[in-house]
This record gives sequence, structure tokens and C-alpha cells, in this order.
Amino acid sequence: MERCRLVFSGSGGQGVITAAVILAEAAVLHEGLIATQSQSYGPEARGGATRSDVIISESDIYFPKVTQPNVLVCLTQEAYNKFYTITRPGGILIVDNHYVTTSRKVDAMQRELPIYERVMTEIGKPIVLNICMLGAVIGITRLVKPESIMKTLQSRINPDFFEINQKALDIGMDMVKDYAMP
Amino acid sequence: MNGTLKFVQGNEACVEGALYAGLKFFAGYPITPSTEIAESLAYRLPQIGGKFIQMEDEIGSMCAIIGASLTGSKVMTATSGPGFSLMQEALGYAIMAEIPCVIANVQRGGPSTGLATRGAQGDVMQSRWGTHGDHAIVVMTASNNQDVFNITIEAFNVAETYRTPVILLFDEVMGHTRERLIVPEKDEIPLVERLRTSVKGGVDYHPYLPREDGRLPMSDFGGVHRYNVTGLYHDMWGFPSENPAVVDGLIHHLTDKIRNNVHTITQYKEYFIEDARTILISYGSTARSALHHVLNRRKRGEYIGLLELQTLWPFHGDLIREKCKNAELVVVTEMNLGQLYRQVKIAVDHPERVFLANRVDGVFITPTDIKNMLRLIQGRGV
Repeated sequence: MERCRLVFSGSGGQGVITAAVILAEAAVLHEGLIATQSQSYGPEARGGATRSDVIISESDIYFPKVTQPNVLVCLTQEAYNKFYTITRPGGILIVDNHYVTTSRKVDAMQRELPIYERVMTEIGKPIVLNICMLGAVIGITRLVKPESIMKTLQSRINPDFFEINQKALDIGMDMVKDYAMP
Repeated sequence: MNGTLKFVQGNEACVEGALYAGLKFFAGYPITPSTEIAESLAYRLPQIGGKFIQMEDEIGSMCAIIGASLTGSKVMTATSGPGFSLMQEALGYAIMAEIPCVIANVQRGGPSTGLATRGAQGDVMQSRWGTHGDHAIVVMTASNNQDVFNITIEAFNVAETYRTPVILLFDEVMGHTRERLIVPEKDEIPLVERLRTSVKGGVDYHPYLPREDGRLPMSDFGGVHRYNVTGLYHDMWGFPSENPAVVDGLIHHLTDKIRNNVHTITQYKEYFIEDARTILISYGSTARSALHHVLNRRKRGEYIGLLELQTLWPFHGDLIREKCKNAELVVVTEMNLGQLYRQVKIAVDHPERVFLANRVDGVFITPTDIKNMLRLIQGRGV
């Protein structure tokens, strides 16, 4: 991997920005990579379209925004409608099939994953939806090791929630085990 | 470099720099996109015996740091455009009374409440001329976390050295972008400490009588000396004076202490300037897009370079003229309608070769935007 650009999009409160921060922080603090994370959001505290851009690279990053993501994740229909066209040709588009109905095929690996459904049936708490999504992302891309994600989480969350986050990450990775990139 | 590796926002890099420099007092009123500075310091300052106060507004914030600085602490406040507007009167007071302080303005779109969550660089001229009357000011900026950290320390050093307010002019993109920061070990970066008077208690202390080198030793307010501090023109005791010689002397002292040291104060970075036929001039987050473009074009053999200004004011016109003397094209890249562009035009030998590549719609300027605007400027079409 020389450089991977990701965009996580959804609605305020779904944790897409947090997921982006955790991924980029894991890359920098635990894998010795270079990464930037930035976000764009409106003045609302909850709701509204949210988007976070992550670049993970082996060399210095100057322009920190993403125009054509290698990996695009959409967790709401609004986000999908707004962003699906920017997916880099040959990239990966991940949507949650509970929130998003895809209308078109993009020139990319397109995966409609049951993220919400499996989190709700196997854990029952939507709060870890973003970590499950992150599991799917690293499961496919192998950008960082799952242990690096967990180490990052350990320094950020209450120990009581550690186990369900681990479980959510595992479910995410399990969901894509047939799609993993070489 | 040895130190602690962190993954933080630009606003937090500013906080790390301020704490490294010895910040002890912060007063502020939270405002997007600067809020993380206040949020983080509210947590960190009490841990080191410092003080954090959330004030009723930005006028109060600015006044509180002025008072705290007089008592001997290194002080700071942080805000964005709307709050920065409110701070202007007290900022002038700090200039007149020569009180060291640091003000971070994390810019968002203006005027008024404008674009709360989007980046802009529209306060370049406000930071220079926002407060009334002839005056000098130091304004600094940076384009990545490590530089934000370093320039914040430099801001405190300059504030103490020249007894002046220093403005850190960041923007939303820099403030909110997370990236790597290495916080160096203590003592790796030199710090300027408060110059205190050696005059003992009970002996006449002249707060505004400069030493031979022009510096004014301070006495912690509320300590052993009683003295007057005023926004009026004042004599060496700090008492109001309308004596023309005193007034003339003070206004020149206030402006000369900055202007005459422009060489020492000015910080900048340059990339491939020596043989560049096209020179981009940029600062803050915009310089990241400019550098991205320059590196891309260099790979294709184009003679293009970047001058990244970290000190915006005092404006070092001689430096700009010297660096651009062989350039066929000078393109100022900024996110406003040409605030620094006009300064560059005045500074260079061939103002007709200076152009502006900007964006003012709340969207961060991309390397592709710069490429396209350059092609238009060069008459090559997009």
C-alpha cells in the first residue's frame, strides 16, 4: 500500500467521525504509518450529513482531504445519494443494507453489508455500529491490524465497553472474510 | 527527534505548544472552530496548577488575559472571527500598555457569524488593522501540526521578547485536521521567560522606561511595586501624558520595536524557489494544497516553487521582493478575496506578474483548483 484514501459518511451521531479518528490514530500510533483525518459537518450537534476523510500512507501527506476515495462507506441513504459517484474506479464501496438501498452499480467492488442487522441481533446495542463498520473496512483492506484498533479503543473507552467493541470488530471482519484483498 | 508521539487536531497541537511554552492562564469563550483549544486547556491547565476561566464573552476573555499577564503569567485566549471582532478594543489596549499575550484566531468564513464550520482566511487584514490607531502587530500561522506546535511556542517567545500581543492566525482546516505530532522533550526548544525588573521594593520603578537594549523589564502587578497601566499615551511612570514629545516617542517606540526587528521575527519555509519560474506564495492550510501541487509539477519537470509564509505581520516585503526577483509568475494562493495578494503586489519589482488563485465558497482549495487556476493565468486553458 502506497496510499489509501477513505471517506466515511453518514448521519451525525452514528460515529463515522469517531471511526475515522480511531482508524487513523491506530495507523499512526501503532503501525508507524502517516495518516491524516479531517471532517466536514454542519452546525447541528446531531443529524445532518456527516463525512470524514482519512488518508493512510507511507509518505508525507500534504492535501488532507479526499476527492476520490479508494474506500467509500455510506451509512445513510442521504450520504449514499450524495457521495457514491466519487468512489475511485476500482475502489471499494461499502453500504449498510438496513439504511441504504443502492440504485446503481459503480465501477468498484460494491458491498451491501448487514452491519446494522448483525450488530442488533448479535450485540443489541447500535452504539458499536461504527466499530463493526471499521471491522469490515480493515477486513477487506488490511490497512491496519485489528489489534491496533483495539489498542486505540482501549485508550479511549470505558473498560466496560471493551468487550462489545471487540465483538463488533470481529463481526465486521467476519462479514467480509470472503472479500479480503490479498 | 525524541519526544512523545501523538495523533491530534491542529487545535490540540496549539495547546501542546502553549503548554510547552509555559502557558499558565487561559480565559476564553468557546466558538467553532477554535473550541478544542478551550476544551483541552480546561482539562490540562488545572493539572499543572494553571487557571482556566470560561468568560461571559470575548471582550471579557481578552481583558482577563491582559490582567493575568500583568501579574506575571504567560497567557492566551482562543477564538474565531466573530469573537476576534469583539477582542479588538482590548487588543489595542494590550499593544498600548505593552502586555505580552497570545491570541489564537482559528478562522472560519465571515463576515459576521458567516460559515461556522468551514475554513477561510478572511481575517488577514483584520488581524493587522482590526484595532484602531497606528500600531504594529505580530501575526503568525502554520500549515501542519508540528509547525503549529513550534509557531505557538514562537508566539509566546515573541510576545515576551517585545512585550506585545501576538496573534496566531490558524483556520478551520488546520484546527480540525488530525495528524501526527511529536512533542519534544522539555528544554529541547528554547523558551523566552518574562524579563522582570531588578529594582527592589521601596525603590522607584519606572514601568515604561526602556533599558539600553529597548526592552522593558516588568514587575508582577500586585507585587512589590505600585504603578499605573493605561490605554492613554503615557510617560515612563505609566501616567497619562499629552506632552507631544512623549506621544511622538511612544508611538514610534510601539511601531519600531516590531518593524525594526522584522528580520528576526519573520519565519518562512521555501521549496524549490532558487530556479522557480513560477512561485506560489501561500500560508496556513492553503500552503498544503500549494505544496501538493508544487511537488506534483516538479516531478514533471516544471520550474515551480513555493514560499510558505509563517509570519504574516510584520510583512517582510524585502524578503518577498528578493525571493521573487527572477520569477516570471507569482501566484498568491489564499482563501479570501486577495488580502495578502495586494501586499505581495506592493512588495515585488514587477506587480504585473502577480496573480491570485483563491477560493471563498467555504470549500478547502484543492491542488486541482490551483492547477486549473494556474493554467488560466498562464493562458493555457483548463
